[in-house]
Parts: sequence; structure tokens; C-alpha cells
Amino acid sequence: MSETATTAAGGAAPKVSNVSEAIIRIAGNSQDGIQAIGGFLARLAGRSEQEVMTFMTIPSTISGGPSIFQVRIGSGEVLSSGDEADVLLCFYQHSYEDHVSSLKKGGIVLYDSDHVEPKAEWQQTYHHLGVPISGLTVEAIGGTAKDKGKNIFSLGLIAKMFDLNLPKLEKLIGERFTGKDPSILNNALAAFHAGYGHSLGSVLEVFKFVDSQKKDHPQIVMNGNEALGFGLIAAGVRFGAGYPITPWSDIMELLRRELPKYGGTFVQTEDEIAAISMAIGASYAGRVAVTGSSGPGISLKTEALGWAVMAEMPLVIVDVQRGGPSTGMPTNVEQSDLNIAVFGGHGDSPRVVIAPANVEDCFYMAIEAVNIARKYSVPVIILSDQGIASRIEAFEEPNLEKVCQDISPDFTPVADHKPYDLAPVDGVTRHVAPGTRIASGKYPVVTGLEHDELGHPTGSPKLHAQMSAKRRKKLQALGAALPLPQIYGPAEGNILLVGWGSTEGPIKEAAARARAAGDSVSSLHIRHVNPMPNGLENIFAGFNHVFVVEMNDEGIYGYGQLASLLRARYCDPKIRGINKVDGLNWKVKDILSRANDAVATGLRKM
Amino acid sequence: MSLTLPFEVLPRTGNLNTGLVPPLSDADRKGLTKKEVAADHPTWCPGCGDFSVLALYFKLIEKRKIHHEKITTVAGIGCSSRFPYFVQAHGAHYIHGRALPFASGISLSRPDLHVFVFGGDGDAFSIGGNHFNHTARKNIKLTYCVMDNWVYGLTKKQTSPTSPLGFKSKTDGWGSMDHPINPMKQAISAGATFVARTTHTNPNHVLQMMEAAMDHDGFSFIECLSECVEFYEGAFDASNPRKGGAFNTVPADHDVTDEAAAYKLAGEAFPGSFGIFYKTTRATKNANEAKIVSSHQEKVKGLKDWQILQKNFDRLK
Repeated sequence: MSETATTAAGGAAPKVSNVSEAIIRIAGNSQDGIQAIGGFLARLAGRSEQEVMTFMTIPSTISGGPSIFQVRIGSGEVLSSGDEADVLLCFYQHSYEDHVSSLKKGGIVLYDSDHVEPKAEWQQTYHHLGVPISGLTVEAIGGTAKDKGKNIFSLGLIAKMFDLNLPKLEKLIGERFTGKDPSILNNALAAFHAGYGHSLGSVLEVFKFVDSQKKDHPQIVMNGNEALGFGLIAAGVRFGAGYPITPWSDIMELLRRELPKYGGTFVQTEDEIAAISMAIGASYAGRVAVTGSSGPGISLKTEALGWAVMAEMPLVIVDVQRGGPSTGMPTNVEQSDLNIAVFGGHGDSPRVVIAPANVEDCFYMAIEAVNIARKYSVPVIILSDQGIASRIEAFEEPNLEKVCQDISPDFTPVADHKPYDLAPVDGVTRHVAPGTRIASGKYPVVTGLEHDELGHPTGSPKLHAQMSAKRRKKLQALGAALPLPQIYGPAEGNILLVGWGSTEGPIKEAAARARAAGDSVSSLHIRHVNPMPNGLENIFAGFNHVFVVEMNDEGIYGYGQLASLLRARYCDPKIRGINKVDGLNWKVKDILSRANDAVATGLRKM
Repeated sequence: MSLTLPFEVLPRTGNLNTGLVPPLSDADRKGLTKKEVAADHPTWCPGCGDFSVLALYFKLIEKRKIHHEKITTVAGIGCSSRFPYFVQAHGAHYIHGRALPFASGISLSRPDLHVFVFGGDGDAFSIGGNHFNHTARKNIKLTYCVMDNWVYGLTKKQTSPTSPLGFKSKTDGWGSMDHPINPMKQAISAGATFVARTTHTNPNHVLQMMEAAMDHDGFSFIECLSECVEFYEGAFDASNPRKGGAFNTVPADHDVTDEAAAYKLAGEAFPGSFGIFYKTTRATKNANEAKIVSSHQEKVKGLKDWQILQKNFDRLK
């Protein structure tokens, strides 16, 4: 909590500190509704023109189990969910004991004194504030509520502690419980006011956010899965098929719910293979369709993906990565699907892989994925992950009128059509949908067998070589058209941190923090993973060390998945990896200490 | 954290090469001749039963005056699944066992097309068995013709899911020992709304079944016995009067809407009966989804797509 000014108040009233940001960790069990508190705070921040980022862990048990939600709200730029919390709100003894170490020294423990027994040794390090949250909630809204409502009571406590905007919060609560039984809303408001009205008693200070910079446009607040789902709709996708699997399911539920309004359909299929097959069928029928999955579901889809590459069918596949292999860690974050996304399947099957860097990027990259698929007649994989999927961010509201596309198919008759025409130098041909009359009377077959220009099977060695080159050249053409990623920080220096996917924020923050401390560290984020843009080698040339920061294993030969790809392409021994697989998001301080260690160790092998 | 993106809104993708095509109304168009509808010469072995199924598919297209672009022929992997290459129409040769979900994607997004799926017993009942059940229960509007030869032919004589007990294949040299799948029972119990059985040696009957299947509003399934002369010669002789067998049509008093009666017919010993075993009316998935769409669109009537999305975004502020 970066404090910019303090105002000592006299008497018993707590001190009021002005802060520019705050990190609040809420720890309880998964059924306590702690995500709801975090959600309210995030949405309030979005409406107050503040930046916000959240982080949560969910147990993979069916019901119950410890769960946390961390929200970082800032009047300035917020890049990560934060390393150390300013306030820990804990509902149980285990929440207290497991998470007290996530607090910065001098931070505040706000605990439910009905369930938590504070420990003497920690009372020296942290301010402790006990409130009988469970008891007071029951008092406020009646005994039948039991544990329900204590989250909203706690929201009231936090609102008081941070001097949050009361009418805005009441409005948010009203919106959240609208349409339900009015007594539910009344209870929620009663719990909230009871929390807000509760005397903070012995608390030493309350906090007031400094005004954030006025933003030109309104902000919207959502998580990465929502941004991806809405992005696909904006892109014009009207058909999808999927099978439930965490954390992908949210996207399919959103599309199933929303697409009918646009005349579209999302089908829940019998399995993962049927899902991708149905989506490819719909794409073949004329309009780019979507499928998606996580973990093992992606493995199951690879044969069909290979067909889409061979048959040159546009398609979007969303991979919300989670801990693997096999069932792995279904509710934890990991970036270990880069290899399957880029290489998965048998044979040479070049496909496009892109990875959004933050929640806003999920929205726009969904549209970019659809357009690459259309333009290059190729399957495009969007690599998201559990971290970005469940993370809530506020971002500038897109101009939907400009952004939304019509991608309905064209059935205007054509004179002639070769689905696999070898004439274009860049290898790019376009799919013509069934329903299109072809005046020559020669109709195309799309196929997974190696084929001639009309799609008929061939065993010709020459054609296999030419068609393999055609499928590759399309991606080379795309790679040549991609812009180089922006370098955050100076274009030359000692260390360049390279990342991909959901880790952009913490990596950028790590580099910025290092520069502020006088070190020479820049960062760069690769959003187009396959193909990559040309010219990265020129950027790398400006640095002594290139560290690829990834949430995957360092592998048998010592390099993570993107690092291996970069080393294969550039044969540059200064490209090394900073990897971890603990199922948690990067902490800024860990990135920095690992980078410093790596510099100290020197080049492992030349 | 606003990004400057290499983002471009692409217009609708139009067909290329359209300039020289004169307009042609359906009324001005004649039905297709066999020559116009035939593409590559089939690669099947001489004498293969699949030839007659293909010939009758051509006949169906001719007879019903379907235009090239209005039919879509889909297949998986197997001898019979080479089908789309031999038909001059839009077609797709998909992966092993997954032709049904692929075809479902077409059917659910394109009500204007006739979707025909051809395949073999391995495709339908082994590797694609799950899809068969679910496409049937969802009642997706398409016609699935399984050319059942009781053997894996493309891979040269391995046991198939419909191989009868005792059939000696390269994978069961001592004779097949796994209880075979009964395609008719499978289809009825999975919830198919049109279930018919025919054989390649009776062309008129095949055509009759194809026509009835095409006209059925729902998932229509035809098991067509189609002899593999190379690896299971004589398998269906008992159903062929020219080989001394008996071709019995379903009894005149059979009630096609009676599921139990249909199931009983399906249990008859080979050669059994031929014809429509079961036919019922149940809302298709196509119709059910269309209903959901129209009820949802009613609520956003008059709004452009971006305005519908804007309403969502307004709630996320």
C-alpha cells in the first residue's frame, strides 16, 4: 500500500492515510462467497476509474475446501495481483494460519473472532483486528442465514476501512440481487450496513484512495473467460461445440447462453472429439466456428486438428491451460500446453497459436484469431490459462459498433474453384462453402488424405511436397505480416525478460521495479507464438541476457517450452529459462530474484 | 493498460472468381444426369457391393432433381468412406469414426442442405460408436447410410464389430469370439427416429429406403448390407434370392411406430427382414435449437448485433 500522505487525527478516531493502491486478500472456504466480495470490489474499482486485478484459487474438490480471492486496486497502473497483501480478511483458523505470511509486515489481519484464535507471535508483526463476523451477521439478518451473508457483512467492514463509495456499493449490491426474492436483497443490504456501521474499534488507521487519473472512456470489468467469449461473439462467431472441462466450461456456458440472441448455437457434445468435429463441420459449412477445452481435452482433439490443417479449414480452438499432464491440477495455473498447441498431432501440421496477455487482450485476440482463421484458412489456437481465465480486470470499454463483424458466408456462384490451388505464392487459398454453385460443374472435396488441387487423393511424391510447402508457406506469410512486440523499457540493456500469455503484468512490473532500483532490465511479451513475428533476433541482440519466464517445467535439456522454441529458431545460447510449476501465478519478487540468480550463475552451457 | 493492437476489422469474406457466372434460377435448371453427378472412378475392388450403393445415390439425386450445390456428402474412413470422391458435389472426407459429428455441424448450421453420411461398420459401431448413439438421440437431421460388410476391408480382413461369431479374420484366426453388434437394435435403442435395413443386391429396395430416409425429418439410419468380395465373400448369400437365399420385406402388418415390434424384427436370425423397421416423429435438434433462437431473438428484436452485446457490457460496468 503505497502511502502518499498521512493525516494524524486526534483523539480516539483512527488515523486516515491516503493510499494509491491496496492489496486485500480474502481467505475462507469455497462456499463462503468470498469471490463475491472480490467481485464487488473489482467492479467498484472499475466504476471509480481505478485499475484492478484479482487472483483466486479454487479447490478442485466438489464442494468446499479452502479458497482465496485477492484483489489489488490502484489509482495508478496495476499489472499484477500483488506479491504481499496489505489486509488479510480471514474467516477460519486455517485461513489465518495459511495466509498470514502473505501479508506485508505491519499489515492488518481482519479476522472472524468467532472462529479464529490469534497467535501471540504474529501479533507483534501484524495489526490484528478481531470482529465476531459470524455472530454479528446472524444478529443482523437472523439465525436462518447461518454462514450466508457474512461475506456481505465483511464487504461492509472493508468499505468502512477503505472509505469506499457507499452509494456505488449499494447500487452494485442492488444489481447483483435484482430480480430475486426482495427479502434476499434486503438481507444483503442489512448485512452490508451492519458491517459498515460496525465500530472498527481499536483499528489504528483507515485508508482513503487518492483520486485516480481521469480516464477518457468508461471501463468495463470482467474476467478472461468472459472477455474471450464476448470477443468471439464480436468477431461474428455464431456456432460452437464443446464438452465440459475446467476452466474452459465458463466460456461454453457463456456462448450457450448468449449465442441464440444472435441467431447462433452452441452444442454440448458427447465428447471432446465430437466437439471439435462438429465445430469443423460448421466451419466447413461456411462460418468460422469455435471449440475449446483444457488439459486432457486438448489432447483428445489433436487428430481432428490435424485434419483441419490438412483440409485447410478455418477454425478457432480455445485452450484454457491448467496444470498437467493428465488430469493434473485442474484448478491451478500452468503454461505447459505450448508444445501441444504448436506441435501436437502426427505429421507436419503447421497451425497458428496466439496467446492473449491480459483480460482486455482476450477480447481482441479472440477477434484476431477468427480473422487469421478466415484469411489463411487455418485452425487458430488461443492459449489462455487458468490465471487469466478467472482473473478480473477493468479495461477501457471497446467500441462495439466498430469492432463487431459480420462474417456470414457468401454463396455467390463461382466460375471455378480449386480448394487447394497451388498458384498463389503465399500458399493462401480460400474455402468455398457448400451451397455455392460452381459453374464449371467440378466440385471440391475437402479431405485429410494428401490431395491434388481439387481435393482428390494422390500418392504423388511431388504433390505431397508441394502441398506440405503450401500449408507451411501460409504461416510464413502470416509471420512476415506480424508486428514485432513492444519492448517495455530501454531497447538495449543487460537483461531482457521474455514472456507469453497471462504473465505479462508481473513480468512488466518486475522489469519496472528493477529499473526503479537502478538495474538494466527490459521486458517483452510474445503474443503470436506460432508463427512468431520476424526480427526478434534484432531485439535480443541488444541484451546480454534473454530470460524466458514461463510457468512450465525446465524440461530435460534445461529450457521451458517457449525458450526451447526460441533457442531452436535463433540458436542463441544467451536465451535461457526461468521456470516454475507450483500452480500459482508469478510473484514479482520471485521473477527478479530468479533473474538475478541466473545472471550470477552465468551461461549454463554455450 | 490500453493496448494498441494490430487489429483490423475484416469485411465479410466473399467468394472469388464470381464475375463470369450467369444467374440461373432453379426453374431454369434441369435435373442432373448420371454423368454430371459422377466424379472419380471408384477405387473399390471389382464386384464390391458399394458400387451399387453409389449408383443408387446417383439415381436418387437424378430422380429427385437435386442440384450439385444442395447436397453435401460426408464420410469417415474405410473402403465405403471413399464415397465423397466419387460424387460430383460438395463433399468432405473426414477422420475415422467422426463423420457424424462433422455432418451434424453442417446440418445444424445449414438447414438448406441435404446432408448424407456414408460409412462402414467399423466407422459406425467401433471407433465412432459413441457418436452414433448421440447423433441418434439428438435426432439431428441427416441421413446415415452404413454399408455393413461385417469385416474391415481397407486394412485387409480384421474382425469388425458386426463380424458374426466364428468369423475367421487375421485378428481372430480361430474365429471371432466377441458378440457382434446388431446395428438395428443399436439404432432403435439409441433413439433413432428412422431405422431401415436393405441390401446392395436389391437396387430398387435400396433406392426406396434412401428416398424415405431423405424425406424423414430427423436422424435417418439405413443399414445396407454390402458384400466385401475380397475378404468376406458370400457373407450375405442367404439374403440373396439369386444365390438361393431369401429376401423378405418387413411384414405388411408391422407397425413402424411400435418400438418393441421393431426391436423384435431386429432380433430375427439372418437374413431377417428388409425395409423400414422403425419410424417415429420427434422434434429434431435442428428444430429445438431454432426454437431457442427465435425465442431469444424475440427479446432483442430490432437491435443490431453490436447493440445486443452492448447490453451485456453495460451490465459489466
